Amino acid sequence: MPERVARRTWPVHAVLVVGALVMVAPLVWEFLTSVKSFGESVRVPPTILPGTWDWSNYTKVFHSIPFGEQLLNTVLMTAGRTAGQLLLCSMAAYAFARLAFPGRDVIFMLFLSVLMVPSQLFLIPQYQIMQELGWLNSLQALIVPGVFSAFGTFLLRQFFLSLPKDLEEAAGLDGANPLRIYWHIMLPLARPGLVALGILTVLWSWNDLMWPLVVNNDPEQMTLSAGLATLKGEHFTDYPVLMAGSLLATLPVIVVFIVMQRRVLEGIAFTGSKG
Amino acid sequence: MTTLEEVPVAAPQRAVAGRPARKRLRRREWLWGFAFIAPNGLGLLAFYIWPVFQTLYYSFTEWGAFGGHTWIGAENYVKLVSDPEVSGALKNTLLYAALVLLGVPISLVLAALINTPGLRGAAVYRVLYFLPVVTMPAAVGMVWRWLYNGDIGLINHVLSLVGIEGHHWVADPRFALYATAVVGIWMTVGYNMVIFAAGLKGIPKDLYEAAELDGAGPVRQFFSITLPMLSPTAFFVTVLTSIGALQVFDVIYLMLGSNSAALRNPAIDENQTIVFLFFERAFVDNDKGYAAAIAFVLLLVILLLTIVQFRAQKRWVHYA
Repeated sequence: MPERVARRTWPVHAVLVVGALVMVAPLVWEFLTSVKSFGESVRVPPTILPGTWDWSNYTKVFHSIPFGEQLLNTVLMTAGRTAGQLLLCSMAAYAFARLAFPGRDVIFMLFLSVLMVPSQLFLIPQYQIMQELGWLNSLQALIVPGVFSAFGTFLLRQFFLSLPKDLEEAAGLDGANPLRIYWHIMLPLARPGLVALGILTVLWSWNDLMWPLVVNNDPEQMTLSAGLATLKGEHFTDYPVLMAGSLLATLPVIVVFIVMQRRVLEGIAFTGSKG
Repeated sequence: MTTLEEVPVAAPQRAVAGRPARKRLRRREWLWGFAFIAPNGLGLLAFYIWPVFQTLYYSFTEWGAFGGHTWIGAENYVKLVSDPEVSGALKNTLLYAALVLLGVPISLVLAALINTPGLRGAAVYRVLYFLPVVTMPAAVGMVWRWLYNGDIGLINHVLSLVGIEGHHWVADPRFALYATAVVGIWMTVGYNMVIFAAGLKGIPKDLYEAAELDGAGPVRQFFSITLPMLSPTAFFVTVLTSIGALQVFDVIYLMLGSNSAALRNPAIDENQTIVFLFFERAFVDNDKGYAAAIAFVLLLVILLLTIVQFRAQKRWVHYA
């Protein structure tokens, strides 16, 4: 039986391996370039494996751009947005899923309508708010608009709706107010949903490009995404160093993804099934 | 968890609670409800809902060099209709979206293949195909520009090995958008594959067993069972991919953009998309009024195409 399965699945493997090579090859090439000397990286024809493994590009990154500051900005932005969204979205989602109050459905539709609008329609006024608050080139500018989320509210509301009601009803009869029910009962039960939203927010925040690009143009206040994008090899054409920087910048999310792959993929699939 | 035991005691109390008490309870629940949605709700109002109206107002204004703006009526929209830059960007955007949609059938087939019963290493494939989704776009743009480089890029080198002469893929207006769309597909295939895979799990196994008994092979099963049963997922993926592709910015900016006029990519003017144009007008030229009007054109295009897709779904989507 296993032999029959193996014989039947080898064409499938053949296709999937070719596809996987296409998916991974650019990233492997990025790595190989990052450990070549500049001279070798521009050689024609290109060498596949580096003649000498030049790891110094990884230290050069820190001298070429304020990599350390940008890494810190990226970490703080990602952490701030994720923590904010988890708290604010779960609160709103709990109210939409479980509490009765006038206008609830209308307000929920209003939340949903935000999801339908392309983000370019928010961008100019958001930028102006930052400008008027004097927040351009600041950490707040990177974080604050990103802690509010219609998507997160929608996702968690769907999750809360799928939870059984008995525990909170029992607690309610016991005199617990909604705040305690939310904090002590709903949040622990909603952990898988919170983890899914948290991971998605981390991935999206870390890689976010347009907003950081717009609000923070001082290199010390940039995120890695914007910092690398503005380098893009113009006055700075040392590609091996750029590749090293890119890989370092993207490594944390790749590690998070590989460690939590099941959660990530479940989260994506969950958002898909709720559309 | 101790509360569980007290349920039977507490339950009758509620039954005897009088009307005024219940009303008060309901009022209190209202207040709690508003309190819970207020932080997120007010934030969305300030940063997302109100800005849409603000942007609408700006689309009827002209911006001066020093930040002030004056009402000019529908002038931006009039100008926009006959602006070759806008119509060019619109055409590029639609072409880009159409090209990226070619990735949807690819993701479906990949999902079906990975879902093959008894396939070993499915989890590894899933991770590998998903890697481009989590990779930072700035890093993606960097390496693909390098791969596409006309003189020293790996792609042209490989092509030369098989006797094909390469081009300056991202600097040549004839190819730049196609080259970018390839990256767009590369970045989204894994994401859509995961959504399709979840859809596949929802197809009852006995359908396949019955088909097997009837002597249907895997290809036949794919077309007669998988495809129709998956059509709602395919519809969802198509709509979402189109909406995302119509708003493409990252890969265009990263692969075709440049930060100084002196090094401007010769391909960008003929290959820019609508959001790239919006970005340049709003934040490079500070022509925010015109940019706002462009943003509303994008909204209109997205709405129209989504409506068309919803209309067309009756022809090909089968809801069980």
